[in-house]
Amino acid sequence: MLNLMSRLKKSLQKTQSSLTQRMSHIVLKNTIDEDEIEELEEILITADMGVPITMELIDSVRAKVKASKDMTDDIYGFLRESLRTYLPDEWKETNKVKVLLVFGVNGSGKTTTIAKLAKKYKDEGRKVLLAAADTFRAAAVEQLRVWSKRLEIPMIEKADGADPSSVIYEALEGMKARGCDLLIIDTAGRLHTNKNLMDEMSKMKRTIAQHVSSSELRTQMILDATTGNNGLMQARQFDKTIGIDELILAKFDSSAKGGFIFSIARELKLPVKYLGIGEGVDDLLPFSRDDFIEALFER
Amino acid sequence: MFDSLGDKFNNVFRYIRGTGKMSEKNIDEAVRSVKMALLEADVDYKVVKDFVADVKKRVIGQEVTKNILPEQQFVKIIHEELTEIMGKSNIDLTCANIGTTYLMVVGIQGSGKTTACGKLAFLLQSQKKKVLLVSTDIRRPAAITQLKILAKKANASFFDPEGEKDPCKIVKNVSEYVRHKDYDYVIFDTAGRLELDEPLMKELTQIKIILKPHEILFVADSMMGQSALKVARSFDENIGVDGVILNKLDGDTRGGVALSVKKVLGKPIKFMGLGEKLVDLEVFHPERLASRILGMGDVVSLVEKAKKTVGDKEAEYFEKKIRKANLDFDDFLRQLQYIKKMGSLKDILAMLPGANKLKNIPTDDKQMVHVEAMILSMTPYERQHPHMINPSRRKRIAKGSGCEVNQVNRLLKQFETMKKMMKKVTQGKSKDIMKNMMSRF
Ligand SMILES: Nc1nc2c(ncn2[C@@H]2O[C@H](COP(=O)(O)OP(=O)(O)OP(=O)(O)O)[C@@H](O)[C@H]2O)c(=O)[nH]1
Ligand SMILES: [Mg+2]
Repeated sequence: MLNLMSRLKKSLQKTQSSLTQRMSHIVLKNTIDEDEIEELEEILITADMGVPITMELIDSVRAKVKASKDMTDDIYGFLRESLRTYLPDEWKETNKVKVLLVFGVNGSGKTTTIAKLAKKYKDEGRKVLLAAADTFRAAAVEQLRVWSKRLEIPMIEKADGADPSSVIYEALEGMKARGCDLLIIDTAGRLHTNKNLMDEMSKMKRTIAQHVSSSELRTQMILDATTGNNGLMQARQFDKTIGIDELILAKFDSSAKGGFIFSIARELKLPVKYLGIGEGVDDLLPFSRDDFIEALFER
Repeated sequence: MFDSLGDKFNNVFRYIRGTGKMSEKNIDEAVRSVKMALLEADVDYKVVKDFVADVKKRVIGQEVTKNILPEQQFVKIIHEELTEIMGKSNIDLTCANIGTTYLMVVGIQGSGKTTACGKLAFLLQSQKKKVLLVSTDIRRPAAITQLKILAKKANASFFDPEGEKDPCKIVKNVSEYVRHKDYDYVIFDTAGRLELDEPLMKELTQIKIILKPHEILFVADSMMGQSALKVARSFDENIGVDGVILNKLDGDTRGGVALSVKKVLGKPIKFMGLGEKLVDLEVFHPERLASRILGMGDVVSLVEKAKKTVGDKEAEYFEKKIRKANLDFDDFLRQLQYIKKMGSLKDILAMLPGANKLKNIPTDDKQMVHVEAMILSMTPYERQHPHMINPSRRKRIAKGSGCEVNQVNRLLKQFETMKKMMKKVTQGKSKDIMKNMMSRF
């Protein structure tokens, strides 16, 4: 298996060199002037960190520089430490999970990520079942069916336009008979502002709750790494209506840096569990807070 | 969709208004607030920087004249700069002089290309055009089937690649296929690809060379962050973008992407996606968007406009009249005519904050024409004594203005209500009457 860290670094490389260069001259001396503050602002904003966090970090850098005239730590180290405090502690895998409910806005990468997750769990020896609960988008069921065939993992489906909760119900009922111990549910993409579709999602969750305990269900929101400040609004609404256990950041192989996860973590205390780094079934990286920050500010 | 940006601007302007004069310091703060609002709206960092620098340059170089408040000047400058970026008119799809027009739809994964193809086909079919949909997305599972389903729903034809796995060959086969057919449009969907993916960008270039499309449409997700420009630029540099479709505007994104892409690519945004259904595609009007972004709070500019047209004396006269609540139809008519001078009612409403939330206001300019006609059919006596207008007079007015009697009735009722409302409003504060009155419309 490829070294995960080096893959992550590779996917980050293209933005790093310039970033590192710009950081290093700030780092070399112990003072900071307005141009450098602005440069810092640019680095953080263009990483989609969002205005509030950027301002917070800049304020704390200013304060730090002011407080210690003979400052020996570099600003880079200070920033890295500050960024760490935004993200929750490392996430620990529990083995109990029986149902994964996957959701997110349209086109964020749900179905592809499900294929990646299904493969990963299958390789770990779990007996996976897929539920095609996106009965709305054209050919969504067929898309998941292609993955189901490729991965040789069974799938429950119903006619297009069927109630997604009824697909989930059938899958939950059928798990035992099929000897499956993990159900992964694909749902239709929905904008967090669409009340009817959010209600539909709550209904799906209630259907699941009738079959498994809350510790056996894990809710995963898939976010597109190229998103901007709307990422926080999305997570806020999905968390409020359904409750999010963990996030997965897809399309991290783009040039976007996904900094909005810091805003989400800061407000909602939600961990990111994986990064999607391609369209292949193995393009899934476990998220590590330190690696993520390290790679972002690598010198 | 752009309300939040509007709210931000609103606060900025309220803040400047509160301070009364435009000192170097409060320009800085105002400019900074504008900058933050734009950044929160995901406008590209560099675009924002240039924008505020331009605004600042213009503000500082400006002489403060006596009659115009400094904040009005400030607002006007932002208005002008933003309008300039957003462009002026909506631009139609490019179309072949004779024969079939080829459209090519490109973008990154998950931006909504396939759905947009379906929507475009639906739109064109409804304009009685004959459309063929072609998918060259051989990579994403079921992408071809997805387009096939959409084609059926849109009543468009669909080209079946019959298992062909090379996008360039599909394009060649289509050229062959359409030769003796009479399609008005052939729309090519392409696989999503990231801006950094060189092999796939090369593939796109090859498709383009073979196809020679009349128009390449770049599909952008309006929820995108700071990488949006890099993406748009990469597509533009590799294959050349002719127009933009801005998707997923039905959410609560502030859509700053529109500003960045327009400013840097200089390519028009032609359509916006407002939902998942085939009907959810609308022609994009840059000027509407610009006034909407500003509209959020451009009261000051409206007042400025009003002042220019009405003149201070008129405003004072109205103020007095309204305060005494003896407004009559002559005044009403006069006011109507001022509004007409200022532009269409719709334009004026677009400049009022929150006006897009109001319902049941006569945004219809036709309605205003009727109102004017009815008042003109009144005798001077009737205009000054509205309460004397009895049923037989109403009938005559209706006849004279070509309206129905119930329209006259409604007008009289509305006029009474307005008078009452104004009395209430003006009991508290007598200042800013003009503004209040304007905002009643
Ligand atoms: N480069 C890259 N592409 C990805 C990644 N994850 C998903 N994609 C692509 O993004 C597109 C959309 O992915 P889907 O998995 O269909 O997204 P979805 O959320 O299920 O979409 P809807 O069901 O239509 O809302 C596809 O072209 C995927 O191949 C990733 O990590 N990197
Ligand atoms: Mg899907």
